[in-house]
Order: sequence, then structure tokens, then C-alpha cells
Amino acid sequence: MSHVLHVLIEPGFFSSSPVRLALAIGGLVASVAAVVGVFTVIRGQAFAGEALGDIGATGGASAYLAGVPALFGFVGFSVAAAGAMELIGIQRVRGRDLATGIVLGAGFGIAALLLYLGTTYDNTSGATVTILFGAIFDLTSPDLPLVLGFGLIVLVTLAVLYRPLMLASISPELAAARGVRVRLVGAAYLISMAVAVALSAVTIGAILSTALLVGPAAAALRLTTRPGRAIATAAVIGVASTWLGVLLAYDSYDWTVKHDRAWPASFFIVTVVLAVYLIAGWFSQSIRRGRSLSA
Amino acid sequence: MFSGFMVNAWIVATLVAIVGAAVGFFVVMRGSAFVAHAVPNGSFAGAAGASLIGVNAILGLGVFSVAGALGIGLLGRRGRHDVATALTLVFMLGLGALFLSFNTEYGPQVYSLLFGEVLGISDNQLWPTLMLTCVCLGALAMLWRPLLLASVLPSSAQGLDPFKLELCFLLLVALATAMTVPVVGTALIFSLMIGPAAAARAFTVRPHLALALAVGIALAIVWTAIACSYASDWPVGFFVGVLSASAYTVGRVWSWSRRRGG
Repeated sequence: MSHVLHVLIEPGFFSSSPVRLALAIGGLVASVAAVVGVFTVIRGQAFAGEALGDIGATGGASAYLAGVPALFGFVGFSVAAAGAMELIGIQRVRGRDLATGIVLGAGFGIAALLLYLGTTYDNTSGATVTILFGAIFDLTSPDLPLVLGFGLIVLVTLAVLYRPLMLASISPELAAARGVRVRLVGAAYLISMAVAVALSAVTIGAILSTALLVGPAAAALRLTTRPGRAIATAAVIGVASTWLGVLLAYDSYDWTVKHDRAWPASFFIVTVVLAVYLIAGWFSQSIRRGRSLSA
Repeated sequence: MFSGFMVNAWIVATLVAIVGAAVGFFVVMRGSAFVAHAVPNGSFAGAAGASLIGVNAILGLGVFSVAGALGIGLLGRRGRHDVATALTLVFMLGLGALFLSFNTEYGPQVYSLLFGEVLGISDNQLWPTLMLTCVCLGALAMLWRPLLLASVLPSSAQGLDPFKLELCFLLLVALATAMTVPVVGTALIFSLMIGPAAAARAFTVRPHLALALAVGIALAIVWTAIACSYASDWPVGFFVGVLSASAYTVGRVWSWSRRRGG
């Protein structure tokens, strides 16, 4: 039995401090992103989430240049980008993708410049890869309270806005008729999403952060249509995928020929998330088919 | 600025601008900006993989962008379209991260793949690019009427299978991607696709005129970007991204002020 366990989980997995930190921060970030993501999927704002993550890379790069913790850069730029999108008009469904895209294009251009300056002045091309693809095992313990703080802000905002936001997400017209200030709620939500995406960008990288935002939530919404249950399911799926990804990355030290490096954790997390989404689709379809047969 | 290796850059950049703007015209018409972002960005993994096994980067880009287009098309049939796009994209990028981790000497190349490098265009990239341009423009000419009809009035396009048309369109984006990557990089092709086309649409509603205007704006953007990049040594992608956004802003301000005046 213990032999099987050792094959599944490499010895030393739970005693290594980078791994413990990766599990703690990764789990925290994944649950916040999954909760926010349920609204993202219902509102059809996956592209906005993706764009905010990419623009966060600009922030990551400038934080790197300025020598402040990357998290501040990610959060600052994502929130600013959310404001810009809101201004150009992300509220109307028509032309919304375009507004997102234009902001994204400009942000990416600036990221290119900042990363270029960073690599030329410091001569470390590793920054590009770290910012874009993440480095979950390089997180340090001072990051933990910051992540916790930002995560709590997001969750509290969502808890306060829960009912109006859910109504405005499912039926904006009905919400407006009930006296909900749809635009204000939408803007507050966009900013919460920006913070959540920034957190996820620090963990699995700017351009992969969408995976944690959209994947678990979309899978959960395939399994249940009740909002509360979907949020809980999404959080569980998100945390489980992240932990499984970290575990696989740790195990993968033994998979390479020379035993000299692990496969990236980001790759495993993203793959697990996609697999869960596909399985959830297959599962919900077979349930529906079973129901229609018995009816 | 116009000597030796730079000649290749100018030729390829001109082709890239024409194809990017032409395909981008439909991207904007159909409102599929997310797809236009996802396909090129995901194809980055293909280039990383190609360098790992030592084949031409354009081949890797081509294979991955087509695979990405098919993945988005098939996954998007059931379930939400934007979710399918996002998950296909992140999965391909995850693969890219994996390929990168296998390859230690890849740092600077990652950067030029993502954000473009004009100087990196060699003679043996010139012919594939020219060929792909012809294929893209030919396909676009053939699909012009059905695509335009289905983009403007989806309900009136009877007798056309929307799924097939969508797949054709996605493949077109994939083709355009494979050829544009070496110049502006995977991250910013998308900027070149939607910026000029969106700006052109703000100036005119007539499709032919808008298409011509989009190509004109794209050429101006790319040429300026290369000249600036050559002079300042800063990445091309930066200039392309900022100039596209500016073009769009000018278009928006123009149409807004006209609505005010009229």
C-alpha cells in the first residue's frame, strides 16, 4: 500500500516548503478564481477575463522593472485595464469583444516594450517566461498574506453584490426593471474579476490565468444549473485541479531522462482543467440521455 | 533601412498587412475578436514545438493554428463558444509552456515569437509567406459573398451550413496566422487584424470601401512600426499594438463627432 502511495506521490512531497506554499497559494487562488468565474461564464465575459490576464503581464513586467512585488503590478494593471474596457463600452453585448480586443492589443504592445526593456537592462531573458507562464514553485512566503488579502476583498465584494449581480448576469432587463443599477454592478464585477485574474496570473502565469477562471466554472455549470451549487462545485474543481497539477509537476522530476528538472506545473493544471471540462460535458450529456430514455 | 536583410522585412510586412487586414475585416464583421486572438496566440506552442524537434517554425505554426481552429470549431458546437475558445487557447499555451521547459536555449526566441522581430526574416521564409498570401487571398475571394452575407445577416444566408462556413473562416484565420507570426509575433497579429478593420468600419459602411481602407490603414501601421522599430531598436509589436489602438480611437472619435454634428 505504501509502495503504491510512493509511486503516486513522490517521497518528500508534503515536507518540501516550496510545495506547501504552492499548495496553499494555489488552492487559495484557484478557489477565488473559480467563484468569480461562475459569473464570468454566465455573463459570457471569458474574453474579458483572458484580456485582463494578458494585460496583467504588462503590470508584471513593469513591476519587474521597478523592483516591486509582481503581484502589485499584476493587480494594478488589470484593474486599470478593466476601467478602460468599461469606458470604451464593454456593457453592450454588440461591439463588446471589439472594445476588449482593442484594449488588449494596446496592453500587449506595452508589455512587449516593458519586457524588452527588462531583458535588455538586466540581461535575464527568464523574466519573459516567468511572467507569461508562471512559476508556482518560486512563490515566496511574503506573497501569502497579500494573496489572502486580495482574495478576501474579491470574495467579500461578490458576497455583498451576490443577489443583484446574479440577477443582472442572468437577465439585465429584469434586473433594471427591479431597480438594480446594472452598469454599476457590472463595473464592480469587472474590477473584482481583474483582481481575481491577477492573482491567478501570479500562480500559473499571465497567459494561462484564464484556465483557472473559466475552466472550473464552465465544468460546474455543465453539472448543475443552481447558482449556489455551481459556485461550490467550481471551487472544489478549481482547488482539486491545481493541487493535482502541482503534484504531477512534482512527480515529473522522475519522468525526464536526466532527472534534472520538472515539467511546468502550469501545463499540468491547464490540462487537468480541460480534461475536467470535457468529462463534465460527457457526464451531463449521458445523464440527460438517461433521463429522456426513462421518461 | 532598405538594404540587404531589411528588404525581406519590408516585403513580408507588406504581405502581412494586406492579409491581416483582409481577414480582420471579417473578424470585425462577425464579431469574433476572441477567436482572432486565440488562434494566433495558441499557435505559439507550435513554433516552440517545431524548434524542439528542429523543423521550420512556419510548419509548426501552421499545424497548431489549424488544430486550434478545428478545436475551437468542434468544442464550440456544444457549450458556450467563448468558453470553448478560452479553454482551447489555454491548453495550447500550456503545451507551449511544456515545450519551452524542454528547451533551455530558448529564452530570447520566446520573446521574438511572442512579440515579433523584423530582422529575423530569412530568404527561405520569403517564399512560404508569398505562397500563403496567395492562398489566403484566393480563399477570401472565393468565400467573399457567402461570408459577407452570413456575417451581416446570419438568418438570410439560407442554403449555407453555418458550421461549415464558421470552420472555413477559422481555417482562414489560422492560415493568416501562420504567415504573420514571424513579423509581429503571436501576441500582436490580432491587433493588426482588428485595429485597422474596426477603424475602417467607423469611417464607412460600404464593404468594399471598408476593406480597401482597412488594408490601407494596416499598411500604414506596419510600415511606420518597422521604421520606428528600426530607428529605436524597440520591438515591432509595441508599435503595432499602440498604433492599431490609436487608429481605432481616431475612428471612434470621428464617427462620434459626425453623429454629434449630423
